[in-house]
Amino acid sequence: MEENFKIEIISPEQIIFSGDAKAVTLPSYEGEMGILKDHISIITFLRPGILQVKKADGNSEKFFIEDGTVEFFDNILVVLSASAINLKDLSKEAIDNLNKAAQDKLSNKDISDHDRYILNHKLEAIKEIRV
Amino acid sequence: MPSLDDLKKRISSVKSTQKITKAMKMVASAKLRKAQESAEKGRPFSEKMNNIILNLSKTITDKNNAPKFLIGTGKNDIHLCVVITADRGLCGGFNTNICRKAKSYFEKILKEGKTLKIFTVGSKGHDQLKRTYGKYIIDKISYKNVKKLSFLEAEEIGKKIIKLFNDSQFDVCKIFYNKFKNVITQIPQAQQIIPIENLKKEDEKKIENFYEFEPEENEILNDLLPRNISTQIFKAFLENAASEQGSRMTAMDNATRNAGDLVDKLTITYNRSRQAAITKELIEIISGAESL
Repeated sequence: MEENFKIEIISPEQIIFSGDAKAVTLPSYEGEMGILKDHISIITFLRPGILQVKKADGNSEKFFIEDGTVEFFDNILVVLSASAINLKDLSKEAIDNLNKAAQDKLSNKDISDHDRYILNHKLEAIKEIRV
Repeated sequence: MPSLDDLKKRISSVKSTQKITKAMKMVASAKLRKAQESAEKGRPFSEKMNNIILNLSKTITDKNNAPKFLIGTGKNDIHLCVVITADRGLCGGFNTNICRKAKSYFEKILKEGKTLKIFTVGSKGHDQLKRTYGKYIIDKISYKNVKKLSFLEAEEIGKKIIKLFNDSQFDVCKIFYNKFKNVITQIPQAQQIIPIENLKKEDEKKIENFYEFEPEENEILNDLLPRNISTQIFKAFLENAASEQGSRMTAMDNATRNAGDLVDKLTITYNRSRQAAITKELIEIISGAESL
């Protein structure tokens, strides 16, 4: 039985990933979300986190995402994100820089609750990558 | 009648100009390939973004509470025109075409008695527009020193526009840029970004889509619409970059060919006058010998 659906991860500069997937886990705004074939049509936001694609051939790809918009419709999942990076391409230095920037911002007292929420998730995701 | 020496100088000067235009053509064609690639790669993002917004906007039932970016301020008095041009010249009609398109729109706006505000991106457009429309220009930006325009620059402009909009400085915003069709054809475009242009009729059939939203529609729209503005501007950047290189390539190709024609013509004149001089000298010698 066909259980795959199409997924496209698109940044303003290029198509980062395009292919068939069995399942996708994405860090949606209000919590982790798993998407399988025939999911209800949905539009949602992403918070910083790791987007995992289980490809049709059984292998997985992971992407670090800072923000973005997701649309699922008619078994096509479109992820629009200006900051999606494949974990394989993310160097240790880049992770450290991200970590530092996020921590610096978090130590600033003037930020809103919303920013704090986003930054905390970012740090969590970075921690997860490091493991 | 120019002297032989003058002709010689002219020929060599045209030849060196030809060398320059040829080199510029080569550079443009190399850059074009890259720019074209990124323009084509960038298209899906803005298209998908637009699609999502169209789908979202259809589901909004309470038009009065919808975000202002979507439906506008309800007025149509102040028009902001963002004219995006190149920072460099020598690219044929590229900058002129955008400006012409923009100017005809300006005239229309002014004739209707509405207020016009102009925001120029790129120095060439500013140069062309400042003479006639100088008093309408409220802001200008030039990225002469930036090698490659990235999303960050687009965001910077997007934020400026959003700020102006939130300060209710304008009601309608249009961007002007060249859409890259192919190397010889670039189409000047006027795209309305605030409020978002009305949905096309053919999209109506999709109206039964049911979407689940997380968080609420309005919240999503409030976040998405400002982002969409930057996205559309970035798209304009990419299209413009490809168009500029394409336009420069054709312009420089033509210039090289014209220079070649000119060199041919000048060489013929040069040879003719050289022969004429020789004949004249011969006649002088012969008639001198005869008179002896």
